Amino acid sequence: MIIAERKPLQQIFEMLKSYRRIGILGCGTCVTVCMAGGQKEAEELAAALTIHRRREKEPVEVEAFTIERQCEYEYIEQVKDRLAGYEVILSLGCGVGVQTLVERMPELRVLPGVNTQSMGYPLEQGVWVERCLGCGDCVLHVTLGICPITRCAKSILNGPCGGSSGGKCEIDPEVDCAWHLIHERMEKMGRLSELQAIQPPKDWSVSHHGGPRTVVREEVKLDRGQ
Amino acid sequence: MIAGSKLEKVIRSGQFAVTGELGPPKSADLTMLKQHGEALRNHVEAFNITDNQTAIVRTSSIACGAVLVQMGLEPIIQITVRDRNRIGIQGDVLGAVALGIKNILCLSGDHQKFGNEQQAKGVYDIDSMQLLDGLRKLRDEGRFIGGDKVGAPVSYYLGAVANPFADPFEYRVDRLEKKIAAGASFIQTQCIFDLARFKKWMELVRERGLHKKVAIMGGVTPIKSLGAARYMKNNVSGIIIPDEIITRLQGAKKKKEEGLKIAIETIQQLKEIEGVAGVHVMAIAWEEVVPEIVERAGLYPRPKL
Repeated sequence: MIIAERKPLQQIFEMLKSYRRIGILGCGTCVTVCMAGGQKEAEELAAALTIHRRREKEPVEVEAFTIERQCEYEYIEQVKDRLAGYEVILSLGCGVGVQTLVERMPELRVLPGVNTQSMGYPLEQGVWVERCLGCGDCVLHVTLGICPITRCAKSILNGPCGGSSGGKCEIDPEVDCAWHLIHERMEKMGRLSELQAIQPPKDWSVSHHGGPRTVVREEVKLDRGQ
Repeated sequence: MIAGSKLEKVIRSGQFAVTGELGPPKSADLTMLKQHGEALRNHVEAFNITDNQTAIVRTSSIACGAVLVQMGLEPIIQITVRDRNRIGIQGDVLGAVALGIKNILCLSGDHQKFGNEQQAKGVYDIDSMQLLDGLRKLRDEGRFIGGDKVGAPVSYYLGAVANPFADPFEYRVDRLEKKIAAGASFIQTQCIFDLARFKKWMELVRERGLHKKVAIMGGVTPIKSLGAARYMKNNVSGIIIPDEIITRLQGAKKKKEEGLKIAIETIQQLKEIEGVAGVHVMAIAWEEVVPEIVERAGLYPRPKL
């Protein structure tokens, strides 16, 4: 899932300063699960904004509502008219949600209410960890299910480096050394010798470094009747 | 002979090699760097020039290296993969060769989080192993990493680093073997304080005959004060400082002299270990003490070639 964190309230208040009729749009998928931008968070933010503006003597009309996914036209379609009724939309969806809204409704002013962090999962209640960078050329088969591109601070393919100490990374004693974990797993599975192969430089052209990526699959395309 | 550097010649002659280290300044004023180089001229074969060490912006290692070449001194250019991608690195390597630099040391570099540009984007396009392998192929096969042909042959003596004090311990010998396969002709180790662990590592190295395939130079750093020792023990990852070193410094009246003694004794012990081909003396911010260490360790005069 995509993990996000709400922007600091002060930044949100500042962004919305000049608007009087505001829609706060939650997203019912990833950001709901990571408790950053679902209906509950949208309502809380609406309340905080209302109180703030009352104090500032700049009253505001705020409504909070949520669609299942901001990253799909179909769901945006269902609330198109309602969205058009606000001066501005504060989207609590991830960066994809904000952009999908703008692309579907170019006349809309949409501001981001969250900082999109990463792709990962909830390790425990209240803790979300990053696990994928979307590099476009998965190496998890080589590294036995532990991603060094994401979890190693230097994204090295031939590790662990000389900064690995007691299973932790040199950048932070709280951070696991991904390559230590890989080494451990290789050892358990009797595959340590595989680490002796020099992994060649990564092809970053299939990652974001090659420019924005588009996946096209002709066989599943639909004729939308346009 | 690969590149015919002084370092390579001493190593190939089987004599115990000595290298020093010079840290470029946070300015373009290289007066001190030149002074230190001059002061150590007859005491070391070559000087490592660090590459934006600890991720702090400094004069580039290649520029400082070129200045050393002009002075008739021999640099070992450190190249990290933190700040440049494969395009930048390979271009800089060609430039270094053009400027008369003959030794290159490949390493990953301290993470940008430790430096003075902590918001910088770390590059890490390739890792230190791939850098080594790539520069070996650039030299030996005349191909850039991407496969394109190099216009004319280039030559340099390639080195890498090893840290016997990092974990997992057993992997550290595997990693050395891998670096040899990738193209390292010489290895400089992390600073050695825990001699017992270093000796254990060397045993494993000898078991596999790796000491015959690569010149291993033990890293030695003189400790200036008890505070410095404590700081390194607690804050510098990848360095192990045993308690006895701390106790020894605590008990000593003259801390600096004790620090020197520890370094000198370490070198003397390293000379006795089969398979250790030399020492790399890292006395950053205490460069002036290197001649004394080299002399008292019985490594002076240096071999005449």
